[in-house]
Amino acid sequence: MPGAIHAEGLVKTFGDVTALDGVDLDVPEGTVLGLLGPNGAGKTTTVRVLTTLLRPDRGTATVAGIDVLAHPNEVRRSIGLSGQFAAVDEYLTGRENLQMVGQLYQMDSRAAKRRAGELLDRFHLADAADRPAKTYSGGMRRRLDLAAALVVSPPVMFMDEPTTGLDPRNRQALWEVIKELVSGGTTLLLTTQYLEEADHLAHDIAVVDHGKVIARGTSDQLKARTGGERVEVVVHERAAVAPAREVLARYGPGDRGLDDVSVEDHTRKLTVPVTGGAKLLAEVIRDLDAVGIEIDDIGLRRPTLDDVFISLTGHAAAREREEDGEERPPARGRKHRKEPAA
Amino acid sequence: MTTLTDTAPHAPAPRGGIAGSIADSLVVTKRNLIRMTRIPEMVVFGLVQPVMFVILFSFVFGGSLNIGGSTDPKAYREFLMAGIFAQTVTFATAGAGAGIADDMSKGLVDRFRSLPMARGAVLTGRTLADLVQTTLTVVVLAVVGLLVGWRIHEGIPKALGAFALLLLLGYAFSWIGALIGLSVRTPEAATSGGLIWLFPVTFVSNAFVDPEQMASWIRPIAEWNPFSATVQACRELFGNPGVVQSDAWPMQHPVWASLLWSLVIIAVFRTLAVRKYRSASA
Repeated sequence: MPGAIHAEGLVKTFGDVTALDGVDLDVPEGTVLGLLGPNGAGKTTTVRVLTTLLRPDRGTATVAGIDVLAHPNEVRRSIGLSGQFAAVDEYLTGRENLQMVGQLYQMDSRAAKRRAGELLDRFHLADAADRPAKTYSGGMRRRLDLAAALVVSPPVMFMDEPTTGLDPRNRQALWEVIKELVSGGTTLLLTTQYLEEADHLAHDIAVVDHGKVIARGTSDQLKARTGGERVEVVVHERAAVAPAREVLARYGPGDRGLDDVSVEDHTRKLTVPVTGGAKLLAEVIRDLDAVGIEIDDIGLRRPTLDDVFISLTGHAAAREREEDGEERPPARGRKHRKEPAA
Repeated sequence: MTTLTDTAPHAPAPRGGIAGSIADSLVVTKRNLIRMTRIPEMVVFGLVQPVMFVILFSFVFGGSLNIGGSTDPKAYREFLMAGIFAQTVTFATAGAGAGIADDMSKGLVDRFRSLPMARGAVLTGRTLADLVQTTLTVVVLAVVGLLVGWRIHEGIPKALGAFALLLLLGYAFSWIGALIGLSVRTPEAATSGGLIWLFPVTFVSNAFVDPEQMASWIRPIAEWNPFSATVQACRELFGNPGVVQSDAWPMQHPVWASLLWSLVIIAVFRTLAVRKYRSASA
């Protein structure tokens, strides 16, 4: 049985830019899929197709069991969308925004008013409820935008880079809300360029690059693909780098001799892939001590999703962070509002 | 997790049909009217411009133009008002265009398009809110007109008919504005794009001079201009001087011509704008 979100072979081109190049996704009910990738990878375009905002050139998709292309209006009744750019009317108050959304979900005005009040309380916006949204901080706007997506209880939620531009405190607060939401059984598709965020929130991760899903799995599975742990040593003196390398090479896989150990001369840091865990650290320290090498730091490092990304794509996730635009249809500009940190 | 999902109502059954479409449009109209009260300077600027035109035309050009064989400035002011009224209502184009383009650029259109609402409601709500503003402007303009010497000579019912034609024309033009707003990138472009072509439309007409005095090739354009039909209809219904004597059908039957033109513009541009909105991608 297909999941709450299911897509096969989505293709979308804008002029000669291929935004989606055959995206396949499946998100089981009640789980969170993190769509991870740099700007321009096709994350936003995928969300726009699945939320009926954009028709793909090819491919099929269902959301909550409903065909997105054949019955877009029924899909709209089952989804909540919280965008990268807080889509609230800045001249309306928080309360007016939520009431309007409620009424557009066909609630009568009394029900819409009641629901708006509940959400404002829940998102700690009650004090600011009757101020125009343009007076809100970046974090407050995001909360209002998220509240607007939750006016009815949609079984499937889409969040497009929900925490981009937020300061760490507001990001944490938003994560708590998202976790709460998911524990209530909502299926969530979340796009992010923050590896930490995907690690933190998502059950499954799909890594997207150049309009394709290039890897998928749990965070642990993806990390395992990148290889296991590494021992990282920082020696005290530059002269100790060469002898330390000889010592560490004994712990490496052994097939490349000294080359198993990578060296960063200027930081006096040596790294070697190992198997054996924490127990091994004690042995390494003893061996280094035996040849009189003084160390500043030593640690067992597990791969981060950044490592995963680099090993999968050959470039860091942050690479394209500055170039923006592929993700948007190039025919139309959109104001990219940089949110002030709240 | 109580408030997030447990108490959340599921979306009620769709209203659908015309009733649903009207209800959604009114929700969006209300939203746009609230916005206007939060940006009162926009409404004020919308009022200042036509008032300024009345004063400039009355006192600068007033004595130099010949209306129906008379160079009496008072006759010119009576002649002028129908033109100013019509020009003012068509300026609603810029407001509608800028409003829609702003919603597109801010991501609000994405929000609306992800909701299970009637497809045309965002645009209808915008044009209806503009109609409210246009009505307000016309009322203010009528008062200023009365102050400078403009008068209604054919009775209140006919005058109300003229105002109805004016508002219908303004409503029709705001659909052109909606299409412009959906087609450009920024509110700024929508404002200038909404205004620039209005100058030839309003000047190649009977609004400020008698087409009799225009070059012979341009005259038929002026006489068949939808804008001219409404101006001519207003002069007839208000009993103001300067009714164009011409064999052109719209000049002979200006009330019908005005009505038809406005309805045709609404039908064509509403269809195009709603289609564009459905496929809009901000």
